[in-house]
Amino acid sequence: MKDEVESRDDRVANLKGMGCSRKRVEDARFTQGKGNYVDDIKLDGMLFGDFVRSPYAHARITNINAEEALKVPGVLAVLTAADLEPLGLHWMPTLAGDKQMVLADGKVLFQGQEVAFVVAEDRFAAADGIEAVEVDYEELPVIVDPFEALKTDVVLREDLVAQDGSIPDGAHGPRTHPNHIFTWEAGEKEATEQVLDNAEVLVEESMYYHRTHPCPLETCGCVASMDKVNGKLTLWGTFQAPHAIRTVVSLISGIEEHNIRVVSPDIGGGFGNKVGAYPGYVCSVVASIVTGKPVKWIEDRMDNLMTTAFARDYHMTGKISATKEGKITGLHCHVTADHGGFDACADPTKFPAGFMNICTGSYDIPTAFLEVDGVYTNKAPGGVSYRCSFRVTEAVYFIERMVEVLAIELGMDAAELRRINFIKKEQFPYKAALGWEYDSGDYHTAWDKALTSVDYDGLRAEQAQRVEDFKAGKTRKLMGVGLSFFTEIVGAGPVKNCDILGLGMFDSCEIRIHPTGSAIARLGTISQGQGHATTFAQILASEIGLPADSITIEEGDTDTAPYGLGTYGSRSTPVAGAATAMAGRKIRAKAQMIAAYLLEVHDNDVEFDVDRFVVKGAPEKFKTMKEIAFAAYNQAIPGIEPGLEAVSYYDPPNMTYPFGAYVCVMDIDVDTGVPEIRRFYALDDCGTRINPMIIEGQVHGGLTEALAVALGQEIAYDDMGNVKTGTLMDFFLPTAWEVPNYETDHTVTPSPHHPIGAKGVGESPHVGGVPCFSNAVHDAFRAFGLRQTNMPHDHWRIWKTANELGLHD
Amino acid sequence: MIPAAFDYYRPTKMDDVIALLQEHGDDARVMAGGHSLIPMMKLRMAEIPHLIDLQAIDGLNEISIEDGQITIGAMVTQHDLINHAGLEAAAPILREAALQIADPQVRYMGTVGGNVANGDPGNDMPGVMQCLDATFALVGPDGERSVAARDFYEAAYMTAREDEEVLTSVSIPAPQGGYAYEKQKRKIGDYATAAAAVQIVKEDGKCTAASIAMTNLSDTPIYSVDAGAALVGTAVDAAALNAAKAAMLGNIDPTEDNRGPVAFKKHVAGVILARAIERAWSRA
Ligand SMILES: Cc1cc2nc3c(=O)[nH]c(=O)nc-3n(C[C@H](O)[C@H](O)[C@H](O)COP(=O)(O)OP(=O)(O)OC[C@H]3O[C@@H](n4cnc5c(N)ncnc54)[C@H](O)[C@@H]3O)c2cc1C
Repeated sequence: MKDEVESRDDRVANLKGMGCSRKRVEDARFTQGKGNYVDDIKLDGMLFGDFVRSPYAHARITNINAEEALKVPGVLAVLTAADLEPLGLHWMPTLAGDKQMVLADGKVLFQGQEVAFVVAEDRFAAADGIEAVEVDYEELPVIVDPFEALKTDVVLREDLVAQDGSIPDGAHGPRTHPNHIFTWEAGEKEATEQVLDNAEVLVEESMYYHRTHPCPLETCGCVASMDKVNGKLTLWGTFQAPHAIRTVVSLISGIEEHNIRVVSPDIGGGFGNKVGAYPGYVCSVVASIVTGKPVKWIEDRMDNLMTTAFARDYHMTGKISATKEGKITGLHCHVTADHGGFDACADPTKFPAGFMNICTGSYDIPTAFLEVDGVYTNKAPGGVSYRCSFRVTEAVYFIERMVEVLAIELGMDAAELRRINFIKKEQFPYKAALGWEYDSGDYHTAWDKALTSVDYDGLRAEQAQRVEDFKAGKTRKLMGVGLSFFTEIVGAGPVKNCDILGLGMFDSCEIRIHPTGSAIARLGTISQGQGHATTFAQILASEIGLPADSITIEEGDTDTAPYGLGTYGSRSTPVAGAATAMAGRKIRAKAQMIAAYLLEVHDNDVEFDVDRFVVKGAPEKFKTMKEIAFAAYNQAIPGIEPGLEAVSYYDPPNMTYPFGAYVCVMDIDVDTGVPEIRRFYALDDCGTRINPMIIEGQVHGGLTEALAVALGQEIAYDDMGNVKTGTLMDFFLPTAWEVPNYETDHTVTPSPHHPIGAKGVGESPHVGGVPCFSNAVHDAFRAFGLRQTNMPHDHWRIWKTANELGLHD
Repeated sequence: MIPAAFDYYRPTKMDDVIALLQEHGDDARVMAGGHSLIPMMKLRMAEIPHLIDLQAIDGLNEISIEDGQITIGAMVTQHDLINHAGLEAAAPILREAALQIADPQVRYMGTVGGNVANGDPGNDMPGVMQCLDATFALVGPDGERSVAARDFYEAAYMTAREDEEVLTSVSIPAPQGGYAYEKQKRKIGDYATAAAAVQIVKEDGKCTAASIAMTNLSDTPIYSVDAGAALVGTAVDAAALNAAKAAMLGNIDPTEDNRGPVAFKKHVAGVILARAIERAWSRA
């Protein structure tokens, strides 16, 4: 037999299991244009719905007249809030415990808000119908500044003020103003104030992390199809959490959950933009119920940028204290968080500011306090994207800027300041001042490797020379060395403290081994480009000894996949990946019994070896997993049920804490404000590495997003609440042209509590990249007295910095 | 982003184009590459009930270089400009500028005629054509006429072309000396924050002629006679550069947009012009 001549190494290689750069199985269809996205779905008699959207950011609606629209050929119906109200569907719950208008109920709160839903025979008729709907608006004062929102008499949400003018509690406790959503605290206030008051060195800094948007290549959309004969609703859509969507649809529509099938087909990028529930879903479902026909709704690019889940919009003020030698003693952070017109974040219920309390970062800071105020403004709702509901990006930006500012105050090298404050390897598991327990880390090793790799001392020497040359008039370019060391918190999360709308944040995997030794595994997650079909098969291959190429991974159909909370927050590998390994181990346990029976030995006398069970001490006696699979189905084995299947629901005992060390070298043209990235080095430690090639791809993608956010990407509003960056002409989406060559590196510090030690990587490069690019810009001007300037660092803002520092005369 | 309904025509004769323009007046528009017009229609910033495609009209795609005169048909694409060997030798600034327009996909479709006829101050070719002292040939119900590029632009989207006229070609006297087209933009596919087109002639170490035009710094391209004049007779030293910059700044009138406020744009315009002059001078 071939098996007998194969070496053990060959057998390992044959599995394409963990640690191998297996090519992505998804790419065969994507690179041939054969993906199946929601807009590819075409059903008989399918109609098309689209929105009349508000041109105003804050206005009362006095009248909606659809008469002319209904005359447009092909237009069948125009839905307004008045039509949805009898069904109780004119408002819907948000994932953050607030509620949101499905269609404008008497007023609008942000530009682009959904006012009416035009249903037509095709999207062209719908577009003409939209133009013909007449809406009378009465403009109201617009509030785009959250600080002003907390002072003004202008009430954005009358629905949240009692008849007597009092302000009832919100989903997260007491509110202090009609436009206030919540105050959330972590850590010890008084102890922190005391430390700061008595500090040898204290610095305070404010920074604004601007609002941006992930702009997935595929916009949001759905197809709703109500089968009136059997009472079943099928909803295809761009859902990052299909099971949660099914539950939410059931809760708000009253349709029983078994009569709803939600399907996420291929998804063209999500980044959090596709986690929440949008008015388009509700309106499509209603329109399908009303017309008895399938209804499709697909956003265009402007709809997507202007109205769906944004990212950030955090105004952060920090105080950090230290000894004269640079040992950090305390940290205080206050955030004013702009949530827009509705609180449509997707945070775990107990965390209205996500995991912002990871803001002590990678440092051993004994005392800290965090306070976040959520505020309503006349901007789009839904801070879900780019790790936004979990706020880790904001937290890491905050601490990585505060450390730089402290280094300036102390006159210290910022790399050295980090080094003396890192949590030490032997301190893990480490209990941070703001509550989290970091699972594992080896920060010093990663930092030293990074600094050595880039020749950090050489860079600093070159930079010093550059400053001299600049002062001597020999060059007009400055050089910045951007540093960042980040600790992520991913894998939400333990059900004891993580739920969304009461849905526990476990995840799942169900495996079915076929008699001939191939398999299908279904998970509660859904890939949006991460390559799950590739990597989860690798985990399983290593666990159950069948080749990854013989394992199909399926996700996204709630009729077939086990329940899970979906893919965002880098949770798929930490949670569903763990479920996959655990389900695989159940398969293996049964396979062991079968093997022992077939080999006529006791269960404990066989052991697993790559792709087989061997008799201990007699490796020539074995049964391969393929043979075992066949026997499982086709041989009567006393005391063992036929079949080889397993399911696991995994509730993680803790979050995982990936980390990394990034360095960016940037040259800045002082006269034009143009930055040029000369070098970018990224060391990631995501624990056990499942597929190095996919990790590298994730890092490249995330760094590119980070570059965009740091250097120009924003959703900007004018004073009237108009979106100034609603098209790709002004919204910065980098291409190969703007992107530097990335150097990737790694260390491996497995998670001690995860079955395979993996931590998750999808969001690390974004989280760590933004402060790295931003710190490079800041660092270039450090010698000229710059302490803090806000992102995005586009040409004119960099120019303005240089100008204000007097570098242009 | 779906345009309002329109009728589509694809005539094969120029006479038919003009007849359609006469018949429908302001409701009709010719389309060349469509890469300025179609986005405007999709945003419903332009409603064009009658769209007349020029792709099937013969004779608009030629480039000829004869007797010191370059003629470029209106339907020559920006991609064609980049890849025409004769043109690269005769007027290299065209290639340098075209390579800074948009991206390869846009340049495969976008035409020289569309770029200069469009009247968007962000377009790069109008400034280049003013710098080169080009002439635009127009044909209309009353026959042919020509208008100098330097007289063509009146305001944003307002040009000397009558509604019933079609631009058929661009003629350029073969340029002399060194050249440069310098453009600052935020990203690939962006219009200029500031851009400068410079042609400069050097004799015995002195500048004997200089032509300068600026892009996207007013509601039209700006041909700056004064900036050119400030260089003539000098060795293009620092003082001359400063004089040219000052003269140019007196001619432009930028407005604030997402690229930045006026002060920034003026400063960058000066820097970009100086760089363009220095590069052109080094090639002269
Ligand atoms: C993403 C993107 C980025 C871009 N970046 C740049 C850039 O950096 N620089 C730049 O210069 N341009 C840029 N453009 C515009 C591009 O170069 C266009 O192709 C060009 O402006 C118009 O040429 P066209 O052939 O596409 O004309 P069309 O879009 O077909 O027409 C434009 C206008 O000119 C009129 N017109 C066209 N041809 C004639 C004619 N022969 N006679 C009379 N009127 C005519 C049309 O009626 C219309 O009003 C960009 C476009 C896109 C989509």
